[in-house]
Amino acid sequence: MKSMDNIKNTNSKDETTASISANEAGAVVMAVKVDDLTVAYNYKPVLWDIDLEIPEGVLMAIVGPNGAGKSTLIKAILGILKPIAGSVSIYGKPYHKQRSHVAYVPQKGSVDWDFPTVALDVVMMGTYGSLGWIKRPGVKEKKAALEALEKVGMLPFKNRQISQLSGGQQQRIFLARALVQDASIYFMDEPFQGVDATTEIAIINILKELRKAGKTVVVVHHDLQTVPEYFDWVTFLNVKKIATGPVKDIFNDDNLTKTYGINYKVSVQK
Amino acid sequence: MNLQDYFSLVFSDYTLRTITFGTAILGAVTGMLGSFAVLRKQSLLGDAISHAALPGIALAFLITGAKDTNTLLLGALVSGLVGTFWIRGIVTKTHLKSDTALGLILSLFFGFGMLLLTFIQKQPNANQAGLDKYLFGQAATLVESDVWLMAIVTGICLIVMLLFWKEFKLLLFDPDYTKTLGFNTKFIDILITTFIVLAIVLGLQTVGVVLMSAMLLAPAAAARQWTNSLGTMVFLAAIFGAFSGVFGTAISASQDNLSTGPVIVIVASVFVIFSFVFSPGRGLLFRQIRFIKNRRDLEFQKTLAFMYHIAETHEDISHPHTIKILNNFQGFTRKTLQKLADKNYVTLDGAMWSLTEEGFETAANLYNQNFKKHE
Repeated sequence: MKSMDNIKNTNSKDETTASISANEAGAVVMAVKVDDLTVAYNYKPVLWDIDLEIPEGVLMAIVGPNGAGKSTLIKAILGILKPIAGSVSIYGKPYHKQRSHVAYVPQKGSVDWDFPTVALDVVMMGTYGSLGWIKRPGVKEKKAALEALEKVGMLPFKNRQISQLSGGQQQRIFLARALVQDASIYFMDEPFQGVDATTEIAIINILKELRKAGKTVVVVHHDLQTVPEYFDWVTFLNVKKIATGPVKDIFNDDNLTKTYGINYKVSVQK
Repeated sequence: MNLQDYFSLVFSDYTLRTITFGTAILGAVTGMLGSFAVLRKQSLLGDAISHAALPGIALAFLITGAKDTNTLLLGALVSGLVGTFWIRGIVTKTHLKSDTALGLILSLFFGFGMLLLTFIQKQPNANQAGLDKYLFGQAATLVESDVWLMAIVTGICLIVMLLFWKEFKLLLFDPDYTKTLGFNTKFIDILITTFIVLAIVLGLQTVGVVLMSAMLLAPAAAARQWTNSLGTMVFLAAIFGAFSGVFGTAISASQDNLSTGPVIVIVASVFVIFSFVFSPGRGLLFRQIRFIKNRRDLEFQKTLAFMYHIAETHEDISHPHTIKILNNFQGFTRKTLQKLADKNYVTLDGAMWSLTEEGFETAANLYNQNFKKHE
């Protein structure tokens, strides 16, 4: 327990020094730009007229109640879902031209973990995109996958059947698969869902490392308590975009109430 | 003819050899592709496709008036594909779930097919007899050219599968992620589905519309029990499928009045049952054995730990206790204590049990281990 507190302390120290590199330089580079995005399942709009700019180098949380369209927003940005209207650009170009810059960590529950394969194999899948059609992964790809496994602390489990991993370990495997892609922008759908405190700290440390390396990280997040501690940028979403900006400026009762519809008091543990 | 005769004849008798090769190849290709269907949770797709093929057979006959196998199978292929993509359309365009869509298309097409078959039977065309063999299949009608066709399709399927192995695996495991990596998931999906339809259509002559889906599912379900690798699973499914074909043919050829299709399906089901019970990793038998062994180990450790607890409260670690005090484990204690005594961890003196030095240390170690694990 003691060691955990230590990690937490260093984390919050990190937080105070964290800022957006692009901001200091003056000109803000936009990693992701979403214009007038509207997505509907059947007749009900899930996302309504979203305008969103994500500056390069931020670690951003997307927060909002269930059914607010958080996962849908990520899926629409990644082209998994087809929007009714609107456009998305990654570094100024449409997504399908920028795939190599983008990595995705889907929700853990979106796949069947009883699939007959081992951890290393799943992580290798992260290399498939750069390989393209038909070409098989080779030594180089395997080395990259092993390195990613090492980073998430899962190297000892590389040959483990994936159904025999714990929920937290499965989440780390998904994270490693995205790390292998060596992208500039990472989209993660609830990477903290159902993981224990140790794994949560391990994951957030990796995310912070990514930010330090100048990457942009966008995370669908549920735990409002940890937003100020983990993230430097936040987007409030509830079908419409409520607010987006630096955590220290906009993470307040007003926006939380607007998003969640109840009188919300931030009780941040500092 | 008994089984022995069959195996001596299979290499010399032309008809028997043709049928055996045919069913073996059919079993292999359906087993292979069935693995994909099972892993995509589309087990019932095969059933829908095979039933959807029936009106195609009838229509092909009505249009051409000929009973040429290839023509009829071409009709089956077309209507099977129409049925399949209709199902896909229903699932993507409406609120209906895939099981509903499968059920709808299956009964609609099969009903229409039966209607056409009865209509054909009323025709004054002498040629019409025998179309109903496609309901349950008739392996005896296989000729060499049919087997060649099967072999060619299987060969193409194998090449495509090896070429697109990586893409197939990715799509089977995580379709959304596949899309974000830039692969055309629709293309991969159509490729897999088309081959499944092809394999089913090829099997209609042998196994028939009604039982064809078992050929797809049984070998794959059996194979899944034995391995945790996709490659091995597909390979095993092909082997199981091929053997089902050979054994099924052998059994039906060695007995009178046993039609081949159903026998093949029964043999494949035997593979499934055997695998469910006896596979080492996932089989019921070994799971039960592991469960009993774990329970024994736990009883053993619990009793030892309990004695360790009381020993700690006494000066003398070997302070004796009656079984009454120790018996808080639903009557398992005497047997467990006896086992502990066999290992020299406890001693029995009259009616009093006491921990030995060795037992105390083992219990202490056990404790530390568990404690570390949870830290």
